[in-house]
Amino acid sequence: MRFVDEFRNPELIRRSAEEVRRLADPTRYYRLMEVCGGHTHAIYRFGLKDILPSNIELIHGPGCPVCVLPMGRIDDGLSIAADHDVMFTAFGDMMRVPGAHGSPLEHKARGMDVRIVYSPTDAIKLAKANPDKHVMFFAIGFETTAPSTALVLQRVRREGLKNFSVFCNHVTIIPAIRAILDSPDMRIDGFIGPGHVSTVIGCRPYEWIAKNEKKPIVVSGFEPLDLLQSIVMLLRQLGAGEAKVENQYKRVVPWEGNTAALRAMAEVFELRPYFEWRGLGFISQSALRLREQYAEWDAERRFAIPGIRVTDPKAAQCGEVLKGVLRPAQCKLFGNECTPEHPIGALMVSSEGSCAAYYNYEHRKAALVTTLGATA
Amino acid sequence: MCLAIPGKIVELVPASESLAVVDVVGVRRRVDLGLLENDKPGVGDWVLIHVGFAMSKISEQDAMDQMKTLAMLGETDAALQEVRGYGLEDEKEIRSEERDKARAAGA
Amino acid sequence: MNPKERAAGNTPRVRFREPQIEMAHGAGGIASRRLIEGLFVPLLCDGPPQPLGDAARVNLNGSLVAITTDSFVVKPLRFPGGSIGELAVNGTVNDLAVSGAKVAAIVVTFVLEAGLPTEILQAEIQAMAQAANDAGVRIVGGDTKVVEHGKADSMYIATTGIGSPIPALEINPASVRAGDKILVSGPIGDHGVTVLLARGELDIEADLSSDTRSVLPFVESIAAVAAPSIRWMRDPTRGGVATSLNELARDCGLGIVLREDAIPVRGEVRGACELLGLDPLHIANEGQFLAVVAPEVSESILKALHEMPGGEEACIIGEVQEQPAGAVLITTQYGGTRIIDMLVGDPLPRIC
Repeated sequence: MRFVDEFRNPELIRRSAEEVRRLADPTRYYRLMEVCGGHTHAIYRFGLKDILPSNIELIHGPGCPVCVLPMGRIDDGLSIAADHDVMFTAFGDMMRVPGAHGSPLEHKARGMDVRIVYSPTDAIKLAKANPDKHVMFFAIGFETTAPSTALVLQRVRREGLKNFSVFCNHVTIIPAIRAILDSPDMRIDGFIGPGHVSTVIGCRPYEWIAKNEKKPIVVSGFEPLDLLQSIVMLLRQLGAGEAKVENQYKRVVPWEGNTAALRAMAEVFELRPYFEWRGLGFISQSALRLREQYAEWDAERRFAIPGIRVTDPKAAQCGEVLKGVLRPAQCKLFGNECTPEHPIGALMVSSEGSCAAYYNYEHRKAALVTTLGATA
Repeated sequence: MCLAIPGKIVELVPASESLAVVDVVGVRRRVDLGLLENDKPGVGDWVLIHVGFAMSKISEQDAMDQMKTLAMLGETDAALQEVRGYGLEDEKEIRSEERDKARAAGA
Repeated sequence: MNPKERAAGNTPRVRFREPQIEMAHGAGGIASRRLIEGLFVPLLCDGPPQPLGDAARVNLNGSLVAITTDSFVVKPLRFPGGSIGELAVNGTVNDLAVSGAKVAAIVVTFVLEAGLPTEILQAEIQAMAQAANDAGVRIVGGDTKVVEHGKADSMYIATTGIGSPIPALEINPASVRAGDKILVSGPIGDHGVTVLLARGELDIEADLSSDTRSVLPFVESIAAVAAPSIRWMRDPTRGGVATSLNELARDCGLGIVLREDAIPVRGEVRGACELLGLDPLHIANEGQFLAVVAPEVSESILKALHEMPGGEEACIIGEVQEQPAGAVLITTQYGGTRIIDMLVGDPLPRIC
């Protein structure tokens, strides 16, 4: 695969890993946060932790849109579908997320019309193919995904499609990073910046991290070589006492972002005054909702929703894990009550949630390492 | 939010204003180019695909530059070893030599 | 629990606690296993727990007979490279083959949806006749039921196959040893991706077909070369290679270590999986098998497979090691590792 395989070249990965080891100061302990869930997934998928030196710790950030969605929002979406005989459409990522009365898939098993879509365009097609049924698209995602929803809504408005609406849960990445940095029990030395969000917002929005917080941030691609190169760039900055925004993912990320995408988003969406993030609490100006001129296609305005807030069980420590204060295995529920099969918190549901990634790829390895360590 | 795949545009769908057929290792998918209307890609261009939309054009030049930088890591390492062996130069000088080598190689 | 104990009122230990059946319970992964081990086995099986294999051995008046059953639910019924009918025949032949038996006869049950056009049914019966002919097996009987329109997704097929054990072939996870090699008969993921694309819900096209075929000739050929050194085989259908190998790891208590670069995957399967966020290791195959063999015979077994049409891409994908005990690990060329788990439910595409 072009533009993928080159960046998985084993020899180059080995050399990059050596470069990381060469640059990492043995007297320092580095805590680097990768913001985006896709990076969390990539780190585990490629087994990158095995080739990093032990004084570099990768902390998983809150950039997983499924993980940070409060359970109440899922219940609201499902209740619209249940009460008004509406077709519930969403990406595969949402299908196993537990609501208070089950996940979308479980509701489907009980007879609700739930469909997986691979694009917001698919939801439109379903609406056009089923003119007697109302189709609701349960939209999730950061700024990578929001422009597609926006574009589709613009077309829907132009065409005057009547039986379609969006239940909007789009969130923005900058407030999440701010919440991390504002957290008192936090110590991050540098950030691996979200590569695909940045294809839309560009690199400028991160400048305050470098200027005000004095932390380096490198916008990174998702292949092993991208991540290793980004770590190299972070180590270089840290070694030189610098803090700037760098773009490692130049082949795809324009510094100024994608103006057409940003324009579509601005025309369709506005910022909610505040929005609840699972594990992080209420954050102001952190989520999107449809503007007044799109009210007809806003599921929240078309249908009355209970707006119930569902709190996570007290023992679940999703918030601390999201902020990187705790490692997944340190949460009391991890691996016992909370596993990918019966997840309690959202970090275990999404395949890029740090708990799920750790559970699926890592935690039995930890047992193995312990065993080997004991016999060594 | 982050699963995005590079694909090559092999056909623009004539009946539509923004659809294209993109090829990913022999798999063909219809992709919407609506977010790239400012800089519309054409047949033969590579784009990054997310949820059925092209998010960005992929710059082959930048990709190649990046590969070059990465491929050079080995050489830089070897060069540094040599220099360190003499025990004469300090870190700063070694770094600027690194930069010069990189510039020379990339030129 | 023997009949006397049951009669005495001792209830078998049902461990399945879920209130309703979900799609995941049929996906071939962890949930399926929970249902089988937690509900079916305690209530249906006597005696100490046995590893669950693809087929069972029954002693019929001194003769050992292998017997298996399978059911086929697929949408759409026809797809590039095959159809439900072929899956039904080949799937049964293969279950027996990888359990170390040569199929002798198949009986088949049809559950048909009222309103199903006769020409579709006829096409499937013809496909089954052809597949049976190709596989050298006779379909000797069957049953038919018709259900109301709206049930049965057009057609469900269930089969039972019987066969005789292949001499000297003893499939037993307990015989697996550290150092044994793991091989696969060919590229993985073709069938599952083909069917997914054939549903037409995705705007994706690829030049892919199902790999459905009988693997019996391949099994017979490697048995002829080194039957006593073949420890275990399985056809990785629902749940994929990952699930089959996880089951093996659990059953033998050893670790399975795979080399990522050794696993054969066609470019288009890889492309489709990358596009959808799926893992080829979790995708169903209908014409491949996995085998664990003693290291000293691995080369001769591969040679035998390479010489057969359709066996050219057979290769070693890993080996058995002491650690990680009970789990499957994948290694990359640059030293990265990750654990591969069983499938939880159906593989779901993702955008994140």
